[in-house]
Amino acid sequence: MRKILIVFAHPAFEKSRVNRALVGALADLDGVTLHDLYERYPEMDVDVKAEQRLLEANDIVILQYPFFLYGMPALLKEWMDLVLVHGWAFGSRGRAMRGKWFCPVITTGGGRLSYAREGFNRFSIRELLAPLEQTAHLCGMRYLPPFAIHGTNVMKPDAVREHASRYRRMLKLLADDAFDPAALEKLDYLDDRMTEKQ
Amino acid sequence: MHEGGFLFQAFVYLTAAVVSVPVAKKLGLGSVLGYLIAGVVIGPFVLGFVGEEGQDVMQFAEFGIIMMLFLIGLELQPEMIWKLKRAILGMGGVQVGVTALLIGVAGVGFGLRWQTALALGLVLGLSSTAIVLQTLNEKGLMKTDGGQNSFSVLLFQDIAIIPILAFFPLLATGSPLDGSGHGDGPHASTGWVDGLPIWGRTVAVLGVVAGIVLAGKYLVNPVFRLIATTRLRELVTAAALLLVIAITILMAQVGLSPALGAFLAGVVLAQSEYRHELETSIEPFKGLLLGLFFISVGASIDFQVIAADPALIIQLVLALIVLKFLVLAAIGKAFRMSYDAILLFAFALAQGGEFAFVLFSFGLNNNVFEASVVDPMIAVVALSMALTPLLFMVNEKLIRPRFGTKERVAAEAGVIEERSRVIIAGFGRVGSTVGRFMQANDEEATYLDIDPDNVDLLRKMGLKVFYGDASRADLLRTAGASEAELLVIAVDDPEKTIEIARTARKYFPHLDIVARTGGLEDSCELIDMGITSIYRETFDSALRMGSEALSTLGHRKYNVNRAMKTFRKHDEQHIRELAAMRHDRKTLIRETKQRIEDLERLMLRERDELHRDKELGWDATGHMSDEGHMRDGKNR
Repeated sequence: MRKILIVFAHPAFEKSRVNRALVGALADLDGVTLHDLYERYPEMDVDVKAEQRLLEANDIVILQYPFFLYGMPALLKEWMDLVLVHGWAFGSRGRAMRGKWFCPVITTGGGRLSYAREGFNRFSIRELLAPLEQTAHLCGMRYLPPFAIHGTNVMKPDAVREHASRYRRMLKLLADDAFDPAALEKLDYLDDRMTEKQ
Repeated sequence: MHEGGFLFQAFVYLTAAVVSVPVAKKLGLGSVLGYLIAGVVIGPFVLGFVGEEGQDVMQFAEFGIIMMLFLIGLELQPEMIWKLKRAILGMGGVQVGVTALLIGVAGVGFGLRWQTALALGLVLGLSSTAIVLQTLNEKGLMKTDGGQNSFSVLLFQDIAIIPILAFFPLLATGSPLDGSGHGDGPHASTGWVDGLPIWGRTVAVLGVVAGIVLAGKYLVNPVFRLIATTRLRELVTAAALLLVIAITILMAQVGLSPALGAFLAGVVLAQSEYRHELETSIEPFKGLLLGLFFISVGASIDFQVIAADPALIIQLVLALIVLKFLVLAAIGKAFRMSYDAILLFAFALAQGGEFAFVLFSFGLNNNVFEASVVDPMIAVVALSMALTPLLFMVNEKLIRPRFGTKERVAAEAGVIEERSRVIIAGFGRVGSTVGRFMQANDEEATYLDIDPDNVDLLRKMGLKVFYGDASRADLLRTAGASEAELLVIAVDDPEKTIEIARTARKYFPHLDIVARTGGLEDSCELIDMGITSIYRETFDSALRMGSEALSTLGHRKYNVNRAMKTFRKHDEQHIRELAAMRHDRKTLIRETKQRIEDLERLMLRERDELHRDKELGWDATGHMSDEGHMRDGKNR
């Protein structure tokens, strides 16, 4: 049983239909810890020591956030800057994150097709998330492809529910160690694996 | 015994109440049943302590019902009644009408004259406001659908008394008595209007009602303000009692139901800022007098009549309850209530009411009934009332668990006043800012303040402010502390803050508390009580001033802001630690000094070390000294 930490950052959680559904779907999952940064640090004063202890206690680290202007919310970046520091997370003496799995879970307003060379956003999601992939590599973590939910702007309630339960299933499979990370690495999306399974 | 008569009576009643109610509550029977049983025990057929003077006691006791209706009125706002109009008129009207008709038909079947039978139907159609509301309140069922609908029907019944009283003389068998004849019941008219012609009476009635409304609107607030400035609590209580008694007398003078008058006055005063104070002052009297009323009902059950033909009485009681139950259940169904709500509604109202006693004696005097009908019927009504708490239990323990669906609290209906989630005690400089902030975020708060002038001013600005001392548990309760989630204590007297916190902790332990304090000493007191959200009134402003000062001196704003948060965090931490050791003055002073130095050192170190946590990643020295990392980088 792998322990999962979801580092969640959403500056306007109250207004987010999809993220609320996602968070709601994992409420009672064993071994899953939801860590809501904007709730914990309303003044952005991240407690570095406490965060590092939390990371050390988990095997899989998920960053869940709305993908906005191709980046992450400010507090999550602040968190990364402060917590994943040289000498702890990377560097010759920084081994704390080594071997853990690392996975971005994002929601985007635009549709999946718009994230392509010839699409509106001109880059694929994996390309746009390259800094995260490299961060994982730097820290010796196994990078899982992103679990991305596209088109949230126009999503119908039924679809929201479907995504939420898919997310829940994926977390369960991760926790139960039902995945071989090596087999996943080549995927564009982690959700694709979920769709195959059905 | 005769000389000490009154005291002896008081002794007997109070003993009965004090002994039986706790026992009944322990057994899960509820206070109403406890009182009723107490009444039976001290009544003429068991111990015989009371009974002969029943009439006097009844008058006192019915004053309890009047006060209850006054308090109900206080709880309601006119727009709430308006919202309830469908339930009141629809359900109430159908219930009284259909029940009266069915009982009337049955009565004719048993050989009564149709007038008597119809009158009997009207009387028995009524239910017991006192028992039902008390029991619903005690069980916390008032806000459920079933509770709400029961309340609406009871309200209709209480109003219906008036037309019924007016209608009775028309049903009289013999020659109608002259006006002075129906002076026996406490609700019957004995006043000066009897001498007036019909139109004169109408004018008098309308005048009194208008007078109550106008006085409630324009007179009560200034008078209570005047009284409040004396800061004598008992004077407020006296004034509140005086108000209710005055209304009672006025209404009796014009031949209206005093209970209805009190209810009306309550509704008028529901907007007043002294509402909570009135409620709080009258509440204990209401409880006692209602208890007295229940005891009297118990004592007035005539076991001789029952013993004369027990089978008949039992059959009549059962018939009454079953008939009313069926009618009520059908109404519930017709008005699309949920299954559970129907059960509660039908079980709650399936008894005769206290007004039956009044109407029976009124009807007797007006030749509507003969004594041969009234005597057993009084026993039937009293027994059916006594059975009500048992019916509630039957529903709760046997029927609902088996057949019911879980009833939701009627949140969307929200007919009875929406309670605030926040109570703010103290509406001065601090409380008003907290309040405005709440309001700006759509959290309607209830405010309590002790300064009458302040309350008056704020009311004029349209805020929901009430006069009263928030350290009183009863006032907190009437302000809705049982349902609220949070209490903000923003009074500027630290001692008062602690007093309020202590009361709230004791009586409403579920409440979260956010408290304003003066200094260290008071903060420590609050920490001892387990309160964690404590704000020293000047601390944050002082810190902000300090920050401003630093940045004026040229410190970078971002760092100043961080320094402020660090300082605050450590200072709050220290207060908690100091709270434990503060009783030893010497240690306290030593430790405090030590901690101030510690904090100073910590802040300086943070500055010199370029914020260890924050800037490690940006500081190249760390990386350069890390051979492994540099090599790693080169290799790639």
